[in-house]
Amino acid sequence: MPTRAETLAEAARLRALFQAAGALPIETPILQPSETLLDLYGEDIRARAYVTSDALHGEQMLRPDFTVPVVQMHMEFGAEPARYTYSGEVFRHQDEHPERASEYVQVGYELFDRSNPATADAEVFARIAEAVAGLNLRAATGDIGILMAAVRGLNTTERRKRALMRHIWRPRRFRALLERYSRRAPVPPTRAKLLALEDPLAVDVPWIGKRGQAELAERIEALRAEAEAPPISTTELSALDNLLSVRETAPYALGHLRDIAVDLPSITPSLYLLEARLGALDACGIDVENLDFEASYGRTSMEYYDGFVFGFYAERRPDLPPIATGGRYDALTRQLGGGSEIPAVGGVLRPGLMLELREGLA
Amino acid sequence: MSIKLGVPSKGRLMEKTFGWFGKRGITLTRTGSEREYAGVVTGIDGVDLVLLSAGEIPRELAAGRIHLGVTGTDLVHEKLPLWEQQTEEVSPLGFGHADLVLAVPKCWLDVDTLDDLDAVAAAFRARHGHRLRIATKYHRLVHGFLRETGVADYQLVDSQGATEGTVMNETAEMVADITSTGDTLRANHLKILADGLVLRSQATLWRSRSAPVSDADRETLKTLIRQVG
Repeated sequence: MPTRAETLAEAARLRALFQAAGALPIETPILQPSETLLDLYGEDIRARAYVTSDALHGEQMLRPDFTVPVVQMHMEFGAEPARYTYSGEVFRHQDEHPERASEYVQVGYELFDRSNPATADAEVFARIAEAVAGLNLRAATGDIGILMAAVRGLNTTERRKRALMRHIWRPRRFRALLERYSRRAPVPPTRAKLLALEDPLAVDVPWIGKRGQAELAERIEALRAEAEAPPISTTELSALDNLLSVRETAPYALGHLRDIAVDLPSITPSLYLLEARLGALDACGIDVENLDFEASYGRTSMEYYDGFVFGFYAERRPDLPPIATGGRYDALTRQLGGGSEIPAVGGVLRPGLMLELREGLA
Repeated sequence: MSIKLGVPSKGRLMEKTFGWFGKRGITLTRTGSEREYAGVVTGIDGVDLVLLSAGEIPRELAAGRIHLGVTGTDLVHEKLPLWEQQTEEVSPLGFGHADLVLAVPKCWLDVDTLDDLDAVAAAFRARHGHRLRIATKYHRLVHGFLRETGVADYQLVDSQGATEGTVMNETAEMVADITSTGDTLRANHLKILADGLVLRSQATLWRSRSAPVSDADRETLKTLIRQVG
């Protein structure tokens, strides 16, 4: 195992590499306000972050990643386009994987650029690929934006699309919603009974809690509208299933997705972006012909990425987490920026794991 | 050295545990005054009785400070993320049955399932500007269950007692709590979600996987487990 000093030296080397490529080195505080992170990531982050508090500042978290503080810093002081690099410790509980470190060093490269998303995506991927070259890693790529475009283009109600979009990163609930919207799942008897009532709220129950009668009435109205809306068509449903199962090398995946676009025309613009990205990657010297592409990649582990996603894996060490991960997170900047969006893409490396792999190879 | 057996120090759980061991020829008795937490074991040699709060027994098992312990499945699963690696279930004791369930106000006429809960959580957050609050002391279990089932936009708020009252007091919108008959939930105008069962729990005898044992202890442990199993 590499020592801490070795890991920090490796982190410094990688950061210098990114700096030489034009990135500005930045530092962010280790203590982060808990509220912002909870608001963005939900309970998942509280379960995995080290939470601490004091009487003055309330609940705070030991930095679980750099993304949020880097975006905040950029929005406050940054000029565009901007490239940043950073390195430092992040902290995560490892309840499920006690053998993994709960404090480890990350080095990152982030790019804020609204001119050309395809070249920005390719630039970040190529920087990270260059940094891990020689470690014999497998790269996985995907694009959450294609699935999002497919959902947005479905021939169904806005309410359903909003619900599906909300669960892009929760495949099980996404599936359950689709089953319901296509009328494959049976309507629970209690629901049918409720909707059949003339005045559902005319019952003798104590009204307790903060959720009031107006909210109930609103939801019952929505449920009635939902019951009347026509089911999502079998054509669209099977096209979505096909889309989610695309998993091949990038050029074939693109061809396959173009076939799917016949039934889901709304994904066409995102396929142009994919094509442009592959061109840009090729121009950066990436072997696109043999690059893996998975349409579902990043759906379970990479919430907040909403476009291009990637990860680098040591295939001979399945016990290790990914050595590097990254992607595009425009929506996160929109949320943090109170509506104003700054297209952003970035990636992080684990220098400790890189050294460990190198020791194994030597 | 001797085998340390951890048993809940008060109430019905203690009495029933004493009864369960008694039926199997092992007599547990408290000694000293009513307030003193000391006891003896007869019917088997080399076993010490350790009286503890049921909530502390999982931690003591994990740390290997007791060899055996009686406590609820709920507490072991909540407090020990790696409970399967840290402990082994010797035998369920057949009492102390309780379910960890998700319960919402009875007046939520439109909410029967997790599916409904999730939809309501989204609308609630949009309207009230904060996440739907679930009062509980079982943070790990509830979070794990809701992640597994894909419910979003909720927030867990800690409640170590009188949890069912939090909804009426408007410090939470719903609860995740232990119930055996559902009476307390009903009395507080709450109903259980149809698919809201997080865990079925009962009093269980656990063995620590890390408590150090001498050769003599190993024999004692074997005899004891054979006698009660």
